[in-house]
Amino acid sequence: MRFTSAVDILEYCKEHQLPLHELSLASEIEKTGRSYGYIRDYLKNVLKVMQNAVQAGINDEENLIKGKIIGNDSVLLKKRLDHSRTVCGETITKAVAYALSTMEVNASMGKVVASPTAGSCGVLPAVLMTTKERFDLSEEKLLEGLLAANLVGTIVARNATIAGAEGGCQAEVGTASAMASGAVVHMMGGTPEQVFNAAAMCFKNLLGLVCDPIAGLVESPCAKRNGMGAANALLCAEMSLAGIKSVIPFDEVVEAMYRIGKALPPSLRETSLGGLATTKTGIQINTELFGQK
Amino acid sequence: MKDYNIFDIIGPVMIGPSSSHTAGACRIGYTAQNIIKLPVSEVTFTLYGSFAKTYKGHGTDIALLGGFMGLRPDDERLVDAFKIADTRGLIYQFITSDEDTAHPNTVKITAKTNRLETWEIVGISIGGGKMIICSINGIDVQYTGDYNTLVTHHKDSSGMLSKITTTLSEHRINIAFMKLYREEKGKKAIGIIETDETIEPIVLQELLSIDGMLYVNLIEKIYD
Repeated sequence: MRFTSAVDILEYCKEHQLPLHELSLASEIEKTGRSYGYIRDYLKNVLKVMQNAVQAGINDEENLIKGKIIGNDSVLLKKRLDHSRTVCGETITKAVAYALSTMEVNASMGKVVASPTAGSCGVLPAVLMTTKERFDLSEEKLLEGLLAANLVGTIVARNATIAGAEGGCQAEVGTASAMASGAVVHMMGGTPEQVFNAAAMCFKNLLGLVCDPIAGLVESPCAKRNGMGAANALLCAEMSLAGIKSVIPFDEVVEAMYRIGKALPPSLRETSLGGLATTKTGIQINTELFGQK
Repeated sequence: MKDYNIFDIIGPVMIGPSSSHTAGACRIGYTAQNIIKLPVSEVTFTLYGSFAKTYKGHGTDIALLGGFMGLRPDDERLVDAFKIADTRGLIYQFITSDEDTAHPNTVKITAKTNRLETWEIVGISIGGGKMIICSINGIDVQYTGDYNTLVTHHKDSSGMLSKITTTLSEHRINIAFMKLYREEKGKKAIGIIETDETIEPIVLQELLSIDGMLYVNLIEKIYD
């Protein structure tokens, strides 16, 4: 069972009446030669690391968890969530705070799960943990969500790219957002078609997003883009669960993402030679951190 | 087209901030010490390309050194690598080079063991936390750490290979990939044998007892 496209997966699901997470697990057992128990234990540890990372940053009152540029933003957002009437409401605001928290942990050399990459490690934990708290979901449900997310990510990695150096931020945060959105739809009892509709919409909203990290660090604008990826994932999940469909099917969106990635100039693909990295302030930050180029 | 699995897509679990510059660097260091095995008293990391330019911002130095002391990419003690090295009395230094290399994320590890042997291992970080060791003591190799791997140093003579494979098959060990390198005809050859199975110590002992075998080392698989 090696699936090459969403169409492939959807057909198999229909034919065998299998839920997505079971198909994902069976496929991984076959591919990796690892046992059911091994993969489950691995994913349980993934959830633990994610849970720690979403909490570590927002509770870091002394601002010890920080990178060279970022730090403390998740605390600010959490405070606003606790003490003010937020514009976005609890779910979105919390998800963004969790994404920022995870990215701050990453920047401080803390432990994260690259899902699919370190630069996009904030999205999936933020969306999973926010949904878990909102609906009081069991660990079992979250594992099912991770397995569904895995199918989405695997197709992107196989048919396009998940590397910022190849496809820009759309390949990293875009993929993370699609994976997270698919996970939510699956955990909420959506159909496999709805999972991939949500994932497709997520990508469409982020197509063209460039990778232009300031001073070459996985910090800014990466952290906030992770927050945006999390919010986007929740919104697209909501749309899909409401029955809204992506006009362009998932596999074609992935193909478009890849084409757009390749069309991006190298200066906007993780080289820090363009975009925000070469703004006046971007250059100034780089010089302050690493001296003159 | 590469086939990805769940450990690539929802993983690796790692110390941030960068899979290529931190996790991949750690794996190079980890694999290098696993190849050398003997305690090392002095180590120099020569950084090339992007490693040389951005190593400080990504903790590449910390990751390389930590990995070299046996810490894995998800070990939270990585951040204390300098302190741990000082406690252990390991002398280390980092040098940057502007020499061109084939891959942007390249590091050369030069280590002196407590028996005063010198090792030179070159590794590249290829993204997503993966790495390739591309040279061991001047001999070009392609070693990824995806499999349990035997490194043999043996006399370059006829029949060596069949003795090695016979021993492995007697223990029902399947060879996934095998490569042979030699410094010079009739002198020392290095075998890199990647296997699907776990290799027990008894197998190593049997391999070592083969006439003409100088050295056998097992590098355990480090992925997932």
